Amino acid sequence: MSENTAVKSAKNANETTATGAASASTPGSAPTGGSRKVRAKSRPADRIFFGLSVGSAISIMVILAGVALFLIIQAVPAIVADWPSNGDLNEGPTAGFANFWSYVGPLIWGTLFASAIALVIGAPIAIGIALFISHYAPRRLAGALGYLVDLLAAVPSIVFGLWGIIVIRPFLLPLSDWLNTYLGWIPLFGGTVSTTGSTILAGGVVLAVMILPIITSISREIFLQTPRLHEEAALALGATKWEMIKLAVFPYGRSGVISATLLGLGRALGETMAIALIISPAILVSVRMLTEGENSQTIAANIALNFPIATTLQREALIGTGLLLFVISLAVNMLARVIAGRAGASANRKRKAMLAQLPPSDPSTVLAVDDVLAKRHAAEDVERSEEASVEQTESEIDEEKRKGTDA
Amino acid sequence: MSATITPQKPSNPIANTLTSGQLPRRIELYVLLGALALSAVLLLLIGFNIAGWLVLAAVIYLIALGILSSVVETRRKATDRVVRGLVTVAFLLALAPLISTLYTVFSKGIGVINWNFITQTSASVFNPDTLEVTTQVGAWQAIVGTLIITGIAALISIPIGILTAIYLVEYAQPKQWLARTVTFLVDVMTGIPSIVAGLFAFSLFSIIVGPKAFSGFSASVALSVLMIPIVVRSCEEMLRLVPMDLREASFALGVSRFSTITKIVLPTAIAGIVTGVMLAIARVIGETAPIFMAASFTDNFNSNPFDGPMQTLPVMAYTGYKFPGQDIAASNDSAWGAALLLVFLVVILNLIARVVAKVFAPKGSR
Repeated sequence: MSENTAVKSAKNANETTATGAASASTPGSAPTGGSRKVRAKSRPADRIFFGLSVGSAISIMVILAGVALFLIIQAVPAIVADWPSNGDLNEGPTAGFANFWSYVGPLIWGTLFASAIALVIGAPIAIGIALFISHYAPRRLAGALGYLVDLLAAVPSIVFGLWGIIVIRPFLLPLSDWLNTYLGWIPLFGGTVSTTGSTILAGGVVLAVMILPIITSISREIFLQTPRLHEEAALALGATKWEMIKLAVFPYGRSGVISATLLGLGRALGETMAIALIISPAILVSVRMLTEGENSQTIAANIALNFPIATTLQREALIGTGLLLFVISLAVNMLARVIAGRAGASANRKRKAMLAQLPPSDPSTVLAVDDVLAKRHAAEDVERSEEASVEQTESEIDEEKRKGTDA
Repeated sequence: MSATITPQKPSNPIANTLTSGQLPRRIELYVLLGALALSAVLLLLIGFNIAGWLVLAAVIYLIALGILSSVVETRRKATDRVVRGLVTVAFLLALAPLISTLYTVFSKGIGVINWNFITQTSASVFNPDTLEVTTQVGAWQAIVGTLIITGIAALISIPIGILTAIYLVEYAQPKQWLARTVTFLVDVMTGIPSIVAGLFAFSLFSIIVGPKAFSGFSASVALSVLMIPIVVRSCEEMLRLVPMDLREASFALGVSRFSTITKIVLPTAIAGIVTGVMLAIARVIGETAPIFMAASFTDNFNSNPFDGPMQTLPVMAYTGYKFPGQDIAASNDSAWGAALLLVFLVVILNLIARVVAKVFAPKGSR
């Protein structure tokens, strides 16, 4: 009968905890002044479970701190070492650099450059797809089409890498020749054109494909959240669909789309396999996109290629570059969250219809939510139409009544 | 538009933008067919290929539709039509890599996969009768490695992930600093580059165990770092879908929070949670870089996750291309075979997730 503590006054609840099996030292159940807090009885299982879930939450912080800590511990010897005089560092993949920073500088440039190519190609397409799914595609097809794009995220990165080798490299060769012949005076397209296609352009194109789903899924959710009244107001003023999108959808979703693009950038920065498999790299700062030997290597691909053949100290140097990659992508991700968060906060303050929080960023989460909601949405639609019909009949009845009273 | 206002009657009737100057309804289809035909003819003159044909057709379509619409209709409508075309093209452009990738993997990998490829390990076999050494191609060691490493990663991540999600949804107040920090960190953690997770696991175990600390368990730890935030985020979404009424009804009956969570909230959300977990597994099973860092690669069969390098399917696909054996063609072939097996695994996990979401959906919600 101890289950019968139902909702009683605070005093009673305290009494039952005191008499119950649980020791009554729970801090929450202490009588606090005049506040009449109603609490369910607290039992050991309850507190153990609470402890476990708080512990898990704290473990997230511990893991993240651990990642940073262990990378720093491993990286420090290589960062502080004197590279030219160190026999270990002066051979193999790390030979010929004055210090750690002159080694990692070109790698950072390469990482940023490859991601920039991916973003320039991928972001406009991704936002276009999001618009297509949210505003242009037939309503019934929209869900299925969105699912197709999310499937892109399910394809493992290694498969995209292999696909890049076999399909994208030869596919881009004619384009590379054309760009070099007619636009070769632009430094980007200058130099000797690669004959194999192992260029940073090919890597960037594959990266662009890989970041499509993340940008698309977030932007799509944001576009769908645009207040219906804004859209209808624009249309009622005679705007075409595109003008409506410019007037209502883009201003509402701007910060969210910027955040989505930044998250896509974060994904591109850390992507390893596409670059490692496709480009033939060199550790140098170069803006040329079409050449064989002047492709700036990225941090992630450099680690993947050299890790198996590196000696201990060289490995520590590679871990050092990984630490910098970690810092950069963490900064980009935080920036994305802060932009979305600030827009949400200012919206709260101004009571403006604005985006409150970024939708889940990992496509697999989006897929899961879609899977589960697919059924529920259908049910809701039915419900809504039923409600509408009920309202209609009610208003008809009201009208009839009014007519009756008028008569 | 002339700036002067003329008082006299306009010579032609006032244009009604709703009815006058409209292109016929099916115009987009006609222009599309015309563009396809024109681009086919143009390309037949210089050499035909499918990609070029479609791209050229799209360009001709957009330009033709724009010109047509701006001549017959207004410029605003022309812009509208061109944007509609552009957006559709963007979508089709995204389908191209999806179809092309799957087609490439299937066509390249299906010839490699057979019963022997799945059940044998890679090895060099010496035949004493013919005195020949033949290389035996197989993926069994990689299949076992993938399942073990991903399984351990799931065992680590699922409890932590679900419990954290329960904390965030059921226990924490939204304004509490711990809840806000954890939410923020989980979001940030989804953005950790996979290779950094691998480096972390390698660093951790080389400090604990010593240098050359390659092991399957180390790779599992790396995968957990990537998997935990995904599980947390999915479960969080699923738990938030559980109606507040159910919890309040339970509390009103005096049921404790623990019992409410285990008996009411979790059973209601279980379909969604399983779906989310399956998709999270599908997401990390294809990770290459972290496993490559932490478990290295080998051709030997190794089912002990705590000792020695372990092979996995994605790493097999990577090394088959980047560090091929003596027979380069055979290595590349086995890479495609491994990639196709990996795609099969991912597809199976996705299907299970869909089926679970459909079949085990909460009974109350119709």
